[in-house]
Amino acid sequence: MNQTVIDAHDVSKTYNPEAIPVPAVNHVHLHIEQGEFTALVGPSGSGKTTLLNLIGGLDRPTGGKIFINGVDITQLSDNQLIDFRLHHIGFVFQSFNLIPVLTAKENIEFILLLQGVDKTTREKRVLQLLKEIGLEDKMNVRPSQLSGGQQQRVAVARALASKPQFILADEPTANLDSKAAANLLDIMYKLNQEENMTFIFSTHDKRVIDRARRVVTLVDGRIDSDTAFKPLEH
Amino acid sequence: MWLIKLAWKNIWRNRNRTLISMSAIFFAVIFSVVANSLWKGTFGALIQNLVGYYSGYIQIQQAGYWDEQVLDNSLEWSDSLKAEISGENNIDALSPRLESFALMSSGDITKGCLVVGIDPMRESEVTQLQERLKKGRYLESGDQAILLTEGLAEQLQLSLEDTVYIIGQGFHGATAAGKYPIKGILKYGAPDLNNRLAFLSLPAAQELYGAENRATSVVISLHDQNLLEETVLGLKKRLDSGLVAMTWKDMMPEIVQHMKTDHFTMQIIQYLLYLLIAFGIFGTLTMMMVERQFEMGMLIALGMKKGNMILLMVIESVFTVITGCLAGLAASIPVAFYFKNNPIRFGGEFGKAYERFGFEAVMPGSTEPGIFWSQGLIVLCLGLLLSLYPLYKILRMDPVKAMRR
Repeated sequence: MNQTVIDAHDVSKTYNPEAIPVPAVNHVHLHIEQGEFTALVGPSGSGKTTLLNLIGGLDRPTGGKIFINGVDITQLSDNQLIDFRLHHIGFVFQSFNLIPVLTAKENIEFILLLQGVDKTTREKRVLQLLKEIGLEDKMNVRPSQLSGGQQQRVAVARALASKPQFILADEPTANLDSKAAANLLDIMYKLNQEENMTFIFSTHDKRVIDRARRVVTLVDGRIDSDTAFKPLEH
Repeated sequence: MWLIKLAWKNIWRNRNRTLISMSAIFFAVIFSVVANSLWKGTFGALIQNLVGYYSGYIQIQQAGYWDEQVLDNSLEWSDSLKAEISGENNIDALSPRLESFALMSSGDITKGCLVVGIDPMRESEVTQLQERLKKGRYLESGDQAILLTEGLAEQLQLSLEDTVYIIGQGFHGATAAGKYPIKGILKYGAPDLNNRLAFLSLPAAQELYGAENRATSVVISLHDQNLLEETVLGLKKRLDSGLVAMTWKDMMPEIVQHMKTDHFTMQIIQYLLYLLIAFGIFGTLTMMMVERQFEMGMLIALGMKKGNMILLMVIESVFTVITGCLAGLAASIPVAFYFKNNPIRFGGEFGKAYERFGFEAVMPGSTEPGIFWSQGLIVLCLGLLLSLYPLYKILRMDPVKAMRR
């Protein structure tokens, strides 16, 4: 049996609770194990991004508990949460979000600098990641000189750099063309298969949903369905 | 180290914004320094004109002389008095004077003037009188000749070697009358002084007024003008009860009042200037925060501690503010020196208004080092203080809200 990475227990998030309450996530139970390749799907406003933000410790639930590797992150202070994210969670955002003044290599290295990793280890890890995403030849290029697909691959490498427990990707293919999206999915799928890296996506993209092995559908902040398509192969 | 590297890259990511920020600080320092330099220079010149070049910083007088300036209220000038005064630490030079108003005539023109008996060498040590000589030669001790100020000579239509007649009241009501050849013409910047002074050697004046060994005042210059009050206190302790020590501020309260009023106006102008500077700097900081809010939210989301983010902003701000300040200081130094050597001269009504007060209508720059570092420091502090705004925003930053497009 795989190790439990995420255990969201009766999680709710209500915006504006004092005036006109707007429930974005409503009593959700979600259990994610190591090595999953899971898509959170649902219409706009269904609570996908909010749930992702809650799991990622970017936002705090108004009810319920979220355990990451057994740690109740709802009990952590803001500073502890920042530190927790740095060491345990990788993020890939919809609009790439690389640091514009840094090169591809420096963007990946940035997380390792925040972690205080020594230079030799950093160099080794960054080169390995650049190789994995196929952008060794673009290492000294700034984001503005990379295509959207290449930028998103750098963002994935940056998310992987810290060796997180899982990666949260918020609509990672939304701004990519078909070829770039397929290429990105290939990389993530390979990392999932070869390194047992856990991926959780929020997505509308059928290409992503088709590659996912588990699809959790949200409607009005509640889990409407939770379907596993294939058993994990390890 | 990586934070410094990142800060450096951030500073130059938007050159225009950085240059606007630096320019705001650069011009702020220049305006601030030049305004302060002109103000201090103007009052420095005013004090120098009225105090340094005539009244001296301190005068020793017989008690009662200031209220009733007649020869009967003069003091006895002696070596022992000279020794008493010289014993005070901060005394640079001293000179006895015998002053009295008299009528001066030439042909059918008569003017009222202030005849001042001086020890020529000592007087020049205190008030640099000899440097004011425009024509002719300076007095020597025991000369039976006179120096006239330029304005007075013009009014009397006199020039060098001409003879001038003086009539007035001497010591104990005696009649004072004499005639003297003009040995030199002096020029003062302050019109009030330039139109009414005449100088005789002290023995000649004492003879004219029948006031042997008498002086109406002892004029004193100081090593350090900032120790004016302390020096007066020291002198008061040393002097006989019949003598008083007066500072130029006691003697010219209207000048002190004028300086206070002008200082107040200058302070308002400077506060307005600082306000403009603050808006300039704050505008660029707000622009920067709006531009980088998303990125900051993303960095916090990725795991960058707010402390590191704040440090990053501090490095960027300090570099920008210090560079702007240093450049502004470097540029303001030649400007201040230019105005020192080429004072602004007022003409028209404004100039006349200045002259009516007895001031020379000029506005020179001052190059006192204190002006540069104090104004530089004020703008630097202002810039750094305003840099707290991004720090406040970062401390309150919620990554989810910051990343909301």
